[in-house]
Amino acid sequence: MESIALIIVLAPLAGAILAGLFSVSRKVAHRITITGVGLSFILSLVVFKQVVLDGLLPFADGTAKEVTLYTWLSSGNSIFEIGFLIDSLTAIMMVTVTFVSWMVHIYTIGYMADDEHNWSGPGGAGKNSYQRFFSYISLFTFSMLMLVMANNFLQLFFGWEAVGLVSYLLIGFWFQRETAVYANLKAFLVNRVGDFGFLLGIAAVLMYFNSLNYADVFANANNLAGISIQVFPGVEWSLMTVICILLFIGAMGKSAQFPLHVWLPDSMEGPTPISALIHAATMVTAGIFMVARMSPLYELSTTALSFVLVIGAITALFMGFLGLVQNDIKRVVAYSTLSQLGYMTVALGASAYNAAIFHLMTHAFFKALLFLGAGSVIIAMHHEQDMRKMGGLKKYLPITYWTALIGSLALIGFPGFSGFFSKDAIIEAVHFAYEADRPGAMFAYYSVVIGVFITALYSFRMFFLTFHGQERMDEHTRSHLHEPPKVVTLPLILLAIPSVLVGVIALQALLYGNFFGDAIYIAKEHQVFTDYHGILGFVLHGLMQPPVYLAAAGVFTAYMLYMKWTDIPARIQHRFSMLHRILMDKYGFDRFNDWFFAGGARQTGNLFSSIGDKTIIDGFFVNGSAHLVNRISGILRQLQTGLLYQYAFAMIIGLLLLLGWFVHF
Amino acid sequence: MFAELPLLSLLIWLPIVGGAWVLLQGKNKDMATVRPVALFVAVITFLLSLFLYSGFDSSTAAMQFVEKHNWIAALNTYYHLGVDGISMPLIILTSFINVLVVLAGWEVIQKKPAQYMAAFLIMTGLMNGVFAALDAMLFYVLWEAMLVPMFIIIGVWGGPNRVYAAIKFFLYTLLGSVLMLIALLYMYNQSGSFGILDFHQLQMGMTAQTLIFLAFLVAFAVKVPMWPVHTWLPDAHVEAPTGGSVVLAAIMLKMGAYGFLRFSLPITPLASHQLAWMMVVLSLIAVVYIGFVALSQKDMKKLIAYSSIAHMGFVTLGFFIAFLIYDKTGQIGNGSVLGMEGAIVQMISHGFISGALFLCVGVLYDRVHSRQIYDYGGVANTMPLFAMFVVLFAMANSGLPGTSGFVGEFLVILGSFEAGFWIAFLAATTLIIGAAYSLWMVKRVLYGSIAEDKMETVGKLSDINGRETFILSTLAVMVLFFGIWPEPLLDVMHVTVANLLDHVHQAIQSAR
Repeated sequence: MESIALIIVLAPLAGAILAGLFSVSRKVAHRITITGVGLSFILSLVVFKQVVLDGLLPFADGTAKEVTLYTWLSSGNSIFEIGFLIDSLTAIMMVTVTFVSWMVHIYTIGYMADDEHNWSGPGGAGKNSYQRFFSYISLFTFSMLMLVMANNFLQLFFGWEAVGLVSYLLIGFWFQRETAVYANLKAFLVNRVGDFGFLLGIAAVLMYFNSLNYADVFANANNLAGISIQVFPGVEWSLMTVICILLFIGAMGKSAQFPLHVWLPDSMEGPTPISALIHAATMVTAGIFMVARMSPLYELSTTALSFVLVIGAITALFMGFLGLVQNDIKRVVAYSTLSQLGYMTVALGASAYNAAIFHLMTHAFFKALLFLGAGSVIIAMHHEQDMRKMGGLKKYLPITYWTALIGSLALIGFPGFSGFFSKDAIIEAVHFAYEADRPGAMFAYYSVVIGVFITALYSFRMFFLTFHGQERMDEHTRSHLHEPPKVVTLPLILLAIPSVLVGVIALQALLYGNFFGDAIYIAKEHQVFTDYHGILGFVLHGLMQPPVYLAAAGVFTAYMLYMKWTDIPARIQHRFSMLHRILMDKYGFDRFNDWFFAGGARQTGNLFSSIGDKTIIDGFFVNGSAHLVNRISGILRQLQTGLLYQYAFAMIIGLLLLLGWFVHF
Repeated sequence: MFAELPLLSLLIWLPIVGGAWVLLQGKNKDMATVRPVALFVAVITFLLSLFLYSGFDSSTAAMQFVEKHNWIAALNTYYHLGVDGISMPLIILTSFINVLVVLAGWEVIQKKPAQYMAAFLIMTGLMNGVFAALDAMLFYVLWEAMLVPMFIIIGVWGGPNRVYAAIKFFLYTLLGSVLMLIALLYMYNQSGSFGILDFHQLQMGMTAQTLIFLAFLVAFAVKVPMWPVHTWLPDAHVEAPTGGSVVLAAIMLKMGAYGFLRFSLPITPLASHQLAWMMVVLSLIAVVYIGFVALSQKDMKKLIAYSSIAHMGFVTLGFFIAFLIYDKTGQIGNGSVLGMEGAIVQMISHGFISGALFLCVGVLYDRVHSRQIYDYGGVANTMPLFAMFVVLFAMANSGLPGTSGFVGEFLVILGSFEAGFWIAFLAATTLIIGAAYSLWMVKRVLYGSIAEDKMETVGKLSDINGRETFILSTLAVMVLFFGIWPEPLLDVMHVTVANLLDHVHQAIQSAR
């Protein structure tokens, strides 16, 4: 199966290279990339069947779960290799990634059809932007697959940075727009802050485990659990805590956790298909995947887990609030993504890695669906994204409407929909951690429970403002409103199906069964999901808990505020203008970062440059010594007058002095 | 069949004689043959240099391709050449870069093209000699001689302020070399030989070692350049023609780093050990402080020049963390190997990346005649192919995995973690700062729409032609190849590096 794994990875790469570097026509570009990713998806299903359903080991004729492709580099006694590890965790990620990617590829045909109109000026940059876009998203698929299929930290970091690169290229896809190229630089740099921690974490792993291979590291984790190190002199920290927190800093960047969340809302400057693929369904979940993959390490540090728990809870709750005040349809979905990533992180912190992956998967489907639905609305509205200019779109865009409703219901956790199961599992897990008195768990529990209400409120605010109520668009737009073509609606329908069903199908296996086997390790005292009472039991149990009613209350509130008493929101906004300003200001993070980090770095650079280099080193030492030589030689030059009598006089004086000296001694 | 040829001599003398031949071509009226002849010589030299790789035995630390002839019997000096796993890749790099430089000056240099091409060819021969010399006198002569062509290149084909820059460059480096000469003469006195390998066996006291180390330090630190003797570099780069900048960044800076490996570490291991903390501090200042300075540059060449200094900080850091690891653990330590091999990889990789970036600036300068960032903006609109290359090289410059720029930094950071958390911490800030200055420049030069007042310049740019595409794609292939598979490069240096570390380790042990 080595060759199948290779084809899965290389097919999208080949598509990306062909579509990007060889000037092919638009049709050829989308055909080869869609074929490539489609092939990856189908083969991923084959792998899934063999590894998960048949329980076979994928490599070396069914005897190993990992394979080494080649030695990247060896140095000292460290050997760095490129290889694959395929277990159930990998398999589920591969299927999710390739499926969503495939849908997004198809959708892009429709979304980017008239992209030339987005370009202006000389040079004709829009001429092959269509091919460029397909090349990028295929390259992304390749990178993401390399990330999830890695069997070692080095390759994980490769994929990690490669998806960051493609994200950079795609956020700045419309590079003529100042906001887009600001956003992509910001995204890359904020991610680099996370990677900074991640790389140090990897360095720590290499130093103490003397290997970057997952299998070696996990096998030795218990032996090193007792070691403590001094990062600050005199302060002893557990090695595992340091490693786990450093690695998690990487996850905070990639998965946009507070306070490194700032890049994700701005990333909406990119075209909508990539918001769905990269900034909702796949890349931003890389951090979640990474922590789940490292569960044998995280289970050894409750401190790190509590840190993860609190960061996730802050993100889940406070980013949800921001979704309430946004008017740009994509930004609402973006803040919703932040909040949902917070939920996944909370699950990780509560040691419910399986619940986190479960939510990762359900979220990938319904959030991709919501983003693509938003994109469909945006196409119909001629690239208008402001919900205040929408309304009543239901009758013009029936397919988009129904699929968006399904996506929203899945997101808020409507009983029976996929999000219901995964979110309930997370709340259950946090509740368990709360009862076990794990530090931070109480805060996390209340955050995720209140978050359910907020999620429902902003989701249905968006839903009602977009599809129901008054038609607030101008006449010209209204007259052109119609459902986008099939290439756009087909992916919506295909994503709506798993958004509903995947929860029911996967619940037992993922949470209660032995689906993950040894891919995820949960210490015995941290296991939540032990007794399974069937789907119905789970639903009934859920119906007796507050979250369902909070979600209903959220929908009801949204209905009242945005359908019935439509003047109330403005009055609330007026009454609590202070609060509103804080939310509109996104708690001031962007302003602070711009001032302190971006401005501060520039100022520091100017200072070092003008004072350090120009004044002190060059001015004082270099040119200063040149001037000194100049001055001394200037004084000495006075003696070289060229007047014979002066020389004669000096000679006589000299002779006299010499004579005197000789006589004296 | 090539085993019998004096390969190293050929690599030194072929470009020098070829340079003279090119000068002769310059006597012809139309000078039509100048460029083809120069290219021919450069390509042959490069192809010959590849035999160094294919014929290299990576299982021994001994010098290979050795040639030894009497030179000045009275002084006991020899014409003694040889390469090991450290110098061999550097010679290939030098010969490779030379081909690109000849191509890059093809139609751009209209003023005295024969002299221009000849200067680069001769300089290549001299630089190959520096890397191959095993006799200190020979080394010193070549080391000084190589300054002359560069001085001429900056002084004749340079920008408006070229005289200041050329003299600053010359005096700075000369000051360093004079101290080195004194050190070499002292050691000749002690050992009665100018053999560099004989110097390695000298047993000197701490005081002598410290003084010699400091004398070498001045010479090599200026060349690298290390903070605070780095200010000649930005001036030299700004005024140098594109080819000069490329050779300066890609090869000449490596001379200093090479000097540490060939002289300082093996000859004065005790002093290196004693002063390692200072070297590490200076390296970290180069990484962090210079990174910030790069951020504030408005001139593209200056920005890349400062970026070079910061990247060379990784090289010196990688060399000297070995001693801190030794202090901590009492052993050579895996981190020492990672650090030193990472540093050598960084030297090679920086040759490709900085060379490529200077060539990219050259492409823009040839068209718009400005190096100022604010004169550009939206170049990607009119030069999409060029933009692709710039983004690739900028990403490589910020150490993106999959490019060669990642390999060295990664290994050095891994190694320095063993020397101390905070050393690795400061070194790893390059991930953020390096990306900030590289990509901020990309944003301001390539991205955005073309402003009204730049319609006549940026708006009318023509994308890179076949020759430029060829040059940049060659470098792109190298950058990607060594990013995806650096093992061929690492493989040749393992034994040499292990031997060097072992030598240093034993010297420190026996002094205890």
